[in-house]
Amino acid sequence: MAGYVARRLTLAIPVLFGILFVTFALARLLPGDPCRSALGEKATDEICDDFNERKGLNKPIHEQFWIYLQDVVQGDLGESIKEGRPVTEMLVERLPVTLELAIAAMTFAVLVGIPLGIVSAYYHNSAADVGTMIGANIGVSMPVFWLGLMLSYFFGVSLKDTPLWLPPSGMPASIAPWYEAWGIEGSRDALTLTGFIANMNVLNAILAGNTEGLRDALRHLILPGVAVGTIPLSIIARMTRSSLLEVLGLNYIRTARAKGVREGSVVRRHALRNALLPVVTIIGLSFGTLLSGAILTETVFGLSGVGKALYDSITGRDYTVVQAFTLIIAIMFVFINLIVDALYAYLDPRIRLE
Amino acid sequence: MATENGKEARTKSTDTSGTPLLRVNDLKTYFFTREGTVKAVDGVSLEVQRGEIRGIVGESGCGKSMTAMSILRLVDKPGKIVSGDVYFHGENLLKKSRREMARIRGRKISVIFQEPRSSLNPVLRVGKQLTEVLRIHEGINSKQGQARAVDLLKEVGIPDPQKRSTNYPHEMSGGMAQRVMIAMGMACAPDLLIADEPTTALDVTIQAQVLDLIRNLRDEHGMGVMLITHDMGVVAEMADIVTVMYAGTSVEEAPTEELFEEPLHPYTQGLIASIPVMGKVKDRLDVIPGRVPDLIDMPVGCRFAPRCKARIENQLTKCEVEEPDMLDARPGHRVRCWLYESENAS
Repeated sequence: MAGYVARRLTLAIPVLFGILFVTFALARLLPGDPCRSALGEKATDEICDDFNERKGLNKPIHEQFWIYLQDVVQGDLGESIKEGRPVTEMLVERLPVTLELAIAAMTFAVLVGIPLGIVSAYYHNSAADVGTMIGANIGVSMPVFWLGLMLSYFFGVSLKDTPLWLPPSGMPASIAPWYEAWGIEGSRDALTLTGFIANMNVLNAILAGNTEGLRDALRHLILPGVAVGTIPLSIIARMTRSSLLEVLGLNYIRTARAKGVREGSVVRRHALRNALLPVVTIIGLSFGTLLSGAILTETVFGLSGVGKALYDSITGRDYTVVQAFTLIIAIMFVFINLIVDALYAYLDPRIRLE
Repeated sequence: MATENGKEARTKSTDTSGTPLLRVNDLKTYFFTREGTVKAVDGVSLEVQRGEIRGIVGESGCGKSMTAMSILRLVDKPGKIVSGDVYFHGENLLKKSRREMARIRGRKISVIFQEPRSSLNPVLRVGKQLTEVLRIHEGINSKQGQARAVDLLKEVGIPDPQKRSTNYPHEMSGGMAQRVMIAMGMACAPDLLIADEPTTALDVTIQAQVLDLIRNLRDEHGMGVMLITHDMGVVAEMADIVTVMYAGTSVEEAPTEELFEEPLHPYTQGLIASIPVMGKVKDRLDVIPGRVPDLIDMPVGCRFAPRCKARIENQLTKCEVEEPDMLDARPGHRVRCWLYESENAS
C-alpha cells in the first residue's frame, strides 16, 4: 500500500511539471498587460517599466519560467502582481467558502442522485425511470451559471414575501465565532486553524450552537449548492442507474434471490456495493471539480471563494495567482484520484494495490 | 411412480402419504417480447420424490433452466408463469405470497448454478455468503454462523475450511467455488436441491468429484435432487429417473436404465445415438438433422415432427397437425409421440 502510494506520487511529478508549464504559457498568452490592469490605464510607460522590473516581468520568458520553477519547488507560489500579497494566503482565505459550497453541492448530488439512480434501475423503463433520465439529461446539459441565475431569480425575487424565499445572493450575516462559545483563544484570520473553521459559516454556527445563524448560513448555501450540484447529481443518477441495471442482471444476484434474500436486501447488500464502484470515481472527480471553485456560480451568487478569486485574477491578468491556483487545483486532483483508487481497492477485493 | 396421468394425479395430491415431494403440472412460462411470445416452458409436467435424483436433459434453450426458475418463481421480466401448478409438499407454490416464497427459497428448496464463480458475490467473503443463508432462515448470529460455515465447508470437502471461509470468490478455483455453492445449498438441509448444470463449467476430473459429492449428500440427507444437464453421460451416471425435454416441453420420461436401453421418442433415440462411444471410430457422429424450432413460432403439431425420421418411415400424417399428449407406453415409461398411440390404447 505504502509502496503503491509512493509510486503514484512519483508518477504525479511529470504531470505536475506539465501543468506548471502549460499554465505558465497560457497565462502569458492571455491578451492584456498586467501592469496596466494592476495600476490602471493611466500608468505611464516609465512607471510600467519600473513595475515590470520589480516583478521580474522584463526578463526573457524562459528565465521567468526557470525562476518560477525554482520558487515552486521551494514551496513559494509567489506574490500576487496586483495585491502584492503571498498567493498562498489568498488561496487559504478563500478556501473555507469554496469547501463548504463543494460539500453542500456534493451532499445534495449524492443524497438525491443515488436514490434516483436506484429507483430508475429497479423500475427500469417505468414512468419514474423515463422521467428521471429526461431530468438528468436536462440537468447535465444546463449551463450552471444560467441555472444559478434562474434559481436566484425564482427563489429570491418571484417568491419574495413567501415562506419559500431564499436569499438570491451574498454571504450570511456575520455571527460570533465558534471559539468564543468554547472559550478558546482564536482569530478570525483564515490563516489560523480557528479562523479557517470560523470562516466556514455552517460549521461555525454548529460549533457555536447558534441555531439562528445556522439557519441563515444554510439558507445562503441552498441555492448555490443546488446550482453547482445539479451536474454531478445528473451524472451520478445516470451512472448509478446503468451500473445497477448491469449488476442486477448478473448471476450472483440470481443466487442471492435463490437463497431467499428479500428484495430490499438483494439490492442493498448484494447489488449496490458492486454497482456503486464506478459511481465512487464520478463522485471523487466531481468533488475535485467543485473544489476548484464553481467559478461562475460563485460570481453569480456573490460568494468570495476560490472560483471568484480565480475569475478576478484571470480578468486582472494576475499571472502568479492564475498559475498558483491552477497548480493547487491540479495537485488536489492528483490526490483525489489517489484517494479514489485506494477506496476502490477497499471496496472491491479483486483490486489490489501493488 | 410417475405413471398416473394428470387427472389421477390431481386427486392423489390430497392424500399426503403418497404426495411426491415436488409435482409440476402442465407448467407454462412465456416471455412477452417485442418480437412475439417466446414459449420457453410450454407444458412441462414432472415429479421429484424424496431421496430421488431426477435428471432433466435436453439441448440448450429447451427450457430446462427456466423450468427450475419457474419452480422457485424467479422468472425475470418480461417472463411470466402463465399457467400450471407447482406442488411442493402438496402445496401450490404459485399461490404463495412473495414473503412465503422467500422463506422457501434457500431453506426448503435450494439451487446450485452453472458458473460457480460468477454465481458468488465478488465483494463478499465466501464465509459471509454462506452464513447469510443461515442468518436469513435460522436467525443465527454471525459468530455461530461463522462456526457453522466452517463445518459446512468441511462437509463439502474443502481443505482448510477455516482459512477458506475468509476467501473471496476470485481467490478460489471453479471446483472450490462450486463446493461453496453446494455448501450454501445444503446449509439449511433443504428437501429439494435443484442442480442446474452444476458441472458444465468445470474440468472433467472436478466434475466427477462434484457429482460424487451431490450423490453422497443425497444419500446422507435423503433430499430430492433435480439435476438439470445437457450431458447424457452425467444423466446416466447420476439420475434415477429422467425427463427428456425438447423445445419447451417434456417429451419422454423413464427410469434411467430403461431410457438408455430402450429410448422410445425419436428425439431421445437421436440424442443417445449422438453420444460418441469410446473405442468406436465413426467417420461422422450421428446427428439429428435440422434445427430446434423457433420458440416464438412453434410448429402446429409435434414440435419434433420437422426433424423426425420416424415420422417419414412410418408415414404418420397426424404429427404435423396435432400435438400428442404424454402417453404411457410402458409401465413407468411415458412418451409424447404418436408412434405409441396404438400401444397405449391396447
